[in-house]
Amino acid sequence: MRARVLIRPKEGILDPQGEAVVRALPALGFNGVSNVHVGRLVELDVEDESQLEAMCQKLLANPLVEDYEIQTVYS
Amino acid sequence: MKFGVLQFPGSCDERDAVDACARVGEAELLWHRDPDLKGVDAVVVPGGFSYGDYLRAGAIARFSPAMESVIAFANAGGPVLGICNGFQVLCEAGLLPGALLRNVSLRFHCEQIGVEVVNADTAWTRAASPGERLSIPTKHGEGRFYAPNLDELEANGQIVFRYAAGENPNGSERDVAGVCNLQRNVVGLMPHPEHAVDALTGSTDGLKLFASAVAAIATH
Repeated sequence: MRARVLIRPKEGILDPQGEAVVRALPALGFNGVSNVHVGRLVELDVEDESQLEAMCQKLLANPLVEDYEIQTVYS
Repeated sequence: MKFGVLQFPGSCDERDAVDACARVGEAELLWHRDPDLKGVDAVVVPGGFSYGDYLRAGAIARFSPAMESVIAFANAGGPVLGICNGFQVLCEAGLLPGALLRNVSLRFHCEQIGVEVVNADTAWTRAASPGERLSIPTKHGEGRFYAPNLDELEANGQIVFRYAAGENPNGSERDVAGVCNLQRNVVGLMPHPEHAVDALTGSTDGLKLFASAVAAIATH
């Protein structure tokens, strides 16, 4: 299957990249934007999708500071 | 007394670390692919950008064969010091609590700063005094220490270094600059003591960390 893992900073942890985007958008004339979080996207082909959870826990994300979400692109 | 300094692809401070260790003992480089720690008495995980900082700083280096040996060495009580990227590697490896996040400013900071020794009862600080202020360079973009249980770390004496008031370069909570494990043999810090070992570059305060390890081994 092809999987997509979305990784984002955990809620409550200061995300200076998100805040920089919030500050930059009005400067370009885009108003009304708030609550921005910048994360990472990992796409991968896997033979055994049952291993994805462990891959996220061990390497793809740092569960102490990041949340992750596993999606199926196609089976 | 022999120090081993790990070298990953992307390390850049390993030569200075070897030089710093060689001023108080013997020192040699340990290649990341080699699980043999060559019988060293203490290990330094140096600064740099191991494996290009791919994914997260320290995330890939943590799985190198040499690191597996360092984890066993640390768990057996061996003194291990992580500097900057080495600190990030030790956190990723679970040898130290917490994680290091992007600086609040989003800028890479490089400057000589004041670092206060909070806990002088670790393998890497026993030659210093509690409250002593060291002058040491910092240079990093991802040094904001985060741990969900800071109160617990404080209570356990695991906060080893703080930035001097007003000199925190990364926005870490409570100005934390370095921490240790519960057994106090593993220490990590963002500032670079190996760059402060010769009067030529302005300070020799960094030598205290390496001299501490020599004292720790002598009394072990």
